[in-house]
Amino acid sequence: MTSISTVDAFARRHRYHLLEALPWLAAVASYFVFPDYLALGAQILATILFALSADLVLGYAGIVTLGHAAFFGTGAYIAGILAAHGWGEPITGLLAGAAAAALLGFVSGLVVLRTTGLALLMQTLVVATMVAEAANKASFITGGDDGLQGMEVWPIFGKFRFDLFGHTAYFYCLIVLFLCWLAARHIVHSPFGRSLTGIRENVRRMHAIGAPVTRRRLVIYTISAALAGISGALIAQTTQFVSLSFLSLERSGTVLIMLIIGGVGQLYGAFIGVPLYMVAQNRFSEIDPVYWYFWIGLLMVVVVVFARGGVLGLFDRFRR
Amino acid sequence: MNTPALETLGLHKSFGALTVANAVDFRLEPGARHALIGPNGAGKTTFVELVTGALRPNAGQIRLAGADVTQLVQAARVKLGLVRTFQITALFRRLSILENVTLAICERQGIGGGLFRPAGHHRTAIEEAHALLEQLGLDDEALHPVNTVAYGRQRMVEIAMSLALSPKVLLLDEPAAGVPSSESGTIIEVIERLPPDLTLLIIEHDMDLVFRLARRITVMVQGSIMVEGPPEAIAADPEVRRVYLGERAPA
Repeated sequence: MTSISTVDAFARRHRYHLLEALPWLAAVASYFVFPDYLALGAQILATILFALSADLVLGYAGIVTLGHAAFFGTGAYIAGILAAHGWGEPITGLLAGAAAAALLGFVSGLVVLRTTGLALLMQTLVVATMVAEAANKASFITGGDDGLQGMEVWPIFGKFRFDLFGHTAYFYCLIVLFLCWLAARHIVHSPFGRSLTGIRENVRRMHAIGAPVTRRRLVIYTISAALAGISGALIAQTTQFVSLSFLSLERSGTVLIMLIIGGVGQLYGAFIGVPLYMVAQNRFSEIDPVYWYFWIGLLMVVVVVFARGGVLGLFDRFRR
Repeated sequence: MNTPALETLGLHKSFGALTVANAVDFRLEPGARHALIGPNGAGKTTFVELVTGALRPNAGQIRLAGADVTQLVQAARVKLGLVRTFQITALFRRLSILENVTLAICERQGIGGGLFRPAGHHRTAIEEAHALLEQLGLDDEALHPVNTVAYGRQRMVEIAMSLALSPKVLLLDEPAAGVPSSESGTIIEVIERLPPDLTLLIIEHDMDLVFRLARRITVMVQGSIMVEGPPEAIAADPEVRRVYLGERAPA
């Protein structure tokens, strides 16, 4: 390869590939093919955003977290509490949820990101547990164990009312996911995003080339928290309900499972893993309401044994 | 007398009862070709970690071109031109060679934290990285993940990473470690061709390499400097032969 073409090939990696249209075509097609499942579809789209936010920290920066539900739940509660107390405007609700989650991400990140590996994992878990317990104690505003009741979400732009069938909710989630994906994709392909992969691959080297590693990790942790907050707010607004389970360890763990099934660190793992997991969960729980978790577990075992890189990892293997 | 490019004064570091650097006074003249040798566990790599800021000393001072940098974090020292390589290859293993070097160049240019333009638009950084690979004969595998190329080449990438940072003082920690002698010649040639105003400290076990490159040698034993001098004097020093070269002093 000549030097010009090597540099060109390298410099062109951020350009859009035709395959990247696939998830969006599939999402629009699903709207027409499964009109009876739009509510589930909206949940899937919002959860993809949650998994995408986790991918930015885990897959790109190598920050192992078991506390991402803290940000998801914070976004959900902020949007939910606003809507339950007379401010049901959805867009500002989303932004408020994002801002609150980002603030929590920044402040907790200042503390937890001083560590790495298992210590970091435990600290993220501690932060999430503390937030969940705070929400439980503050039942006068969060509704505690009963969940947050009485949300009233206004029509989007004063025009598009959230309907019973989920038409509005579906497109609302789809558009917000699309915008957030554009932002995430832009970040990943920026010099900052590239430096995150450096941090994931070799922290010592990153220090040795003079990169402010801690600051970079804090920035992506905050951005990721904001996206997780938007995801939680989306689910709160479209289901008009928030409960303590939004902040649970199970929620933090499940999003990682969905991401791992899809493939970590490739930006598209969320788009495969989340629908796969949630559709499987939906089907399994209908067929076998008691033991459906067993089948999810089996799916996870199959992925770990036969497809270490998740579904995307399988594609990569076939391409070679 | 010239201001030394790098200087340590009474540098001390211990882990509990184990002293790994004991009042080390060390000078590196501008443009030096200086080697630091010593038996395993002498504290050579620890010395590098202390000087670069990966470890904090318990006492003592580190001066870079006369300025006290003891309190500066590693990244700040890199910005001042103090750069190291690793004895055990420390690269971004799954990223391509070109990406490895481009990351280093982006940090040096201060654009590594940029969020707004795509990395691919910083063309001058990529071109500079590629030019450096050409210079070192690594360009034919520029887009290969670094963990798929031969080990000798990984050692060259290790050197390329440090050169990408435009060092003023370069600490090479066993640059030819683990490389078969048939390939180590290329690495030695690259080091010989480095610009003469670049200050060089080579930590090395390979005596051929040391005597070929160094114009001054420091011998370190158990965290202390034992002796320092030109290569001929070191080679002839009976004490050095006894503790390090493993020969009995002539009777």
